[in-house]
Amino acid sequence: MAKRERLSGNEAVAIALRQINPDVFPAFPITPSTEIPQYFASFVANGQVDTEFITVESEHSSMSAAIGASAAGARSLTATSSCGLAYMWEELYIAASNRLPLALALVNRALSGPININCDHSDSMGARDAGWIQIYAENNQEAYDNMVQAFRISEHKDVRLPIMICQDGFITSHAVENIELLDDAEVKGFVGEYEPENYLLNPECPMAVGPYSITDFYFEAKRAQAEGTKNVEKVILDIAKEFAELSGREYGLFESYRMEDAERAVVIIGSAAGTTKDAIDRLREKGEKVGLLKIRLYRPFPAEAIAAELKNVKAVAIMDRAEGYSNNGGPLGADVMAALFRARSQAFAVNYIYGLGGRDVRVEDMIGIYDALAQIIEDGDAGETYRYLGIRE
Amino acid sequence: MAYNFKETMSKPERLAPGHRMCAGCGGTIAVRNVLRGLHEGDKAVIGNATGCLEVSTFTYPYTAWEDSYIHNAFENAGATMGGVEGAYKALKRKGKLDETYKFITFGGDGGTYDIGFQSLSGAMERNHDMVYVCYDNGAYMNTGIQRSSATPMFADTTTTPVGTESNGKPQNRKDLAAIIAAHDVPYVGQTTFFKNFKDLHIKAEKAIYTPGAAFLNIMAPCPRGWRYNTPDIMEICRLGVETCYWPLFEVVEGKWILNYEPKKKLPIEEFLKPQGRFKHLFKKENEYLIEAFQKEVDRRWEELQFRCSRQ
Amino acid sequence: MKTDITKLGVKASWRDLTEGMIVAGAGTSKDFKTGEWSAVKPEFIEENCKQCLFCAPVCPDSCIPVVDGKRGAFDYDHCKGCGICVKACPFDAITMEGVK
Repeated sequence: MAKRERLSGNEAVAIALRQINPDVFPAFPITPSTEIPQYFASFVANGQVDTEFITVESEHSSMSAAIGASAAGARSLTATSSCGLAYMWEELYIAASNRLPLALALVNRALSGPININCDHSDSMGARDAGWIQIYAENNQEAYDNMVQAFRISEHKDVRLPIMICQDGFITSHAVENIELLDDAEVKGFVGEYEPENYLLNPECPMAVGPYSITDFYFEAKRAQAEGTKNVEKVILDIAKEFAELSGREYGLFESYRMEDAERAVVIIGSAAGTTKDAIDRLREKGEKVGLLKIRLYRPFPAEAIAAELKNVKAVAIMDRAEGYSNNGGPLGADVMAALFRARSQAFAVNYIYGLGGRDVRVEDMIGIYDALAQIIEDGDAGETYRYLGIRE
Repeated sequence: MAYNFKETMSKPERLAPGHRMCAGCGGTIAVRNVLRGLHEGDKAVIGNATGCLEVSTFTYPYTAWEDSYIHNAFENAGATMGGVEGAYKALKRKGKLDETYKFITFGGDGGTYDIGFQSLSGAMERNHDMVYVCYDNGAYMNTGIQRSSATPMFADTTTTPVGTESNGKPQNRKDLAAIIAAHDVPYVGQTTFFKNFKDLHIKAEKAIYTPGAAFLNIMAPCPRGWRYNTPDIMEICRLGVETCYWPLFEVVEGKWILNYEPKKKLPIEEFLKPQGRFKHLFKKENEYLIEAFQKEVDRRWEELQFRCSRQ
Repeated sequence: MKTDITKLGVKASWRDLTEGMIVAGAGTSKDFKTGEWSAVKPEFIEENCKQCLFCAPVCPDSCIPVVDGKRGAFDYDHCKGCGICVKACPFDAITMEGVK
């Protein structure tokens, strides 16, 4: 039976983890994800879970220990933000190349420097090519639901890759919202038992993991790893379907909002999608054909499905909450534009950098984006394709 | 547990041949003999920091390990094994595992004294039920003999080369066994290859079967890095012990115990002389460097004797 | 299930590699013959041997098998000819060219 609650995103994710009752949770605090291990520590202290909670001395060690635990045959995870994720960088690649299922509850925060504790996506965008699955949430309900689905995706035999469940720092992690929780038993039944095939603590057969690979094998190993990522889209959709039957809440690779006849679209990740929806509702009242594509699965990137969804738009604004320093736009901008190019799209496409270091995004800002797209269509020229939203000139 | 050399040597081999360590490597001598501390029937998971040992003993698809084995990266062997041990506890608690496993991690001095120091310190402080074994050959041998914080003073390495303005490494080596002992772990042992390996075998078994975190520091000479005649490894180790350069001791529940006191402490030249990395010290004008080396060995030996004299 | 490493030669397709490059099983390095590294090998003079076993722990390549307290023949498939055992033997039961 669903239970209505009022929770922050961090508490919602922590509750999902209590319901999952993972085997091993190594953790090191960093704002704004600190509350997740804190809540979890209280579950451990009160006997609500029987997880081995390891209070490591750094994020590098939390990911290292999670990798060790996963290789050993345990369902494991950790949580972090920002510099904590950057500190894990090397380990992210190792987790993926070892094909280890494990989860990372990421609360997105700007990377240093200068040091800043607020939301942007520069942390997870830096890890986008590490071979992890990345799923993003707009609000606490999605963060909770994604966490419940995480291990099913990550442990799936066709995938066996680590998964990052992302939510926006403070905006989602600390803001209290209404949420519907599943019953503990429902989550337990949905997630099921972890049954690894090869693992260190398998008494029937020892295992060696983490080899040195000569050139003759390295390239083939990377190709074999890519096969796992190729299966992710299908598995995510299958699990989402099962989740919908349980919860009544539907998820896909992305969410389309009022896209049916949209001529102008915004592509965005995370909490600012909510703001964009408000802008769309206002503009739709005035008869404007505007819509939104909100990315859920960012890695691997569902390029074909996204291009197909944008097939009829005349102009699209792709919103990056991370600066790429490529002089060619942000990471999402590059991915979406490449997808459109390969689909032979004729749409005008511009890329905005926005919301860095927690800079607020208002409904008016997003209305301004749609206005800019209207101007582009009228001019028949995209103009500057690499833009900043709300920067003080 | 009465020690029996023949029985210890008759245990099944847990490090298979066919690994690609250099001929005469001290690292695998250390590993083979540490693994003899495991009781037959007990299973183990072996961890390994990146280094010679890792790239040579698990070169895909050839593993030299007869037990489960995990290499993660260079700087995190402690944390990685902490996670494995955590998994063991969790699976035991949940009734998913019946067998007894022991957890042993190997790292060279690079992965242990230096880049992996934080991870090691964390794992020791958390008192995971594991043994961390450093096979200390006193330099980054895998990358080509660069100095580490375990390199002795005046050693000629590729990043502390002897030259007109240099006498080799300017600093003293870090005393890691003492640092780990200061973590208040239940067991720390320092040993090397000596006589019939009784000291090493006993310490390995104690380290493995002492509940909680244990640390073993094993001097494991590298014929390439130290530039001695390869077959002479046992003599090099003997001289290390008899000069008190590498004393054999243990720290059990905070109590320091000296395991061997030379009848006649040999001068440090005897240890330095056969090693090419110290060749420059034997030039006439460099006698004062040997004196300085001797002074440091004496200082540390006295300090150790003092620690071991306290009841 | 144990990994069949005979299928993992350097011409193997990416499809044949084990998932995550793990090897299920143990001791597969025995198939790699490091004995080829050196032509010079130690020789065991059995009649001189007192079975003191001092040679056994010093071998870096696990090439001196000990069963029930007695050493057996050298494993020349893997012995790299380092000569350490020659020096460890107190009874001249091991000789090798170039090692005194």
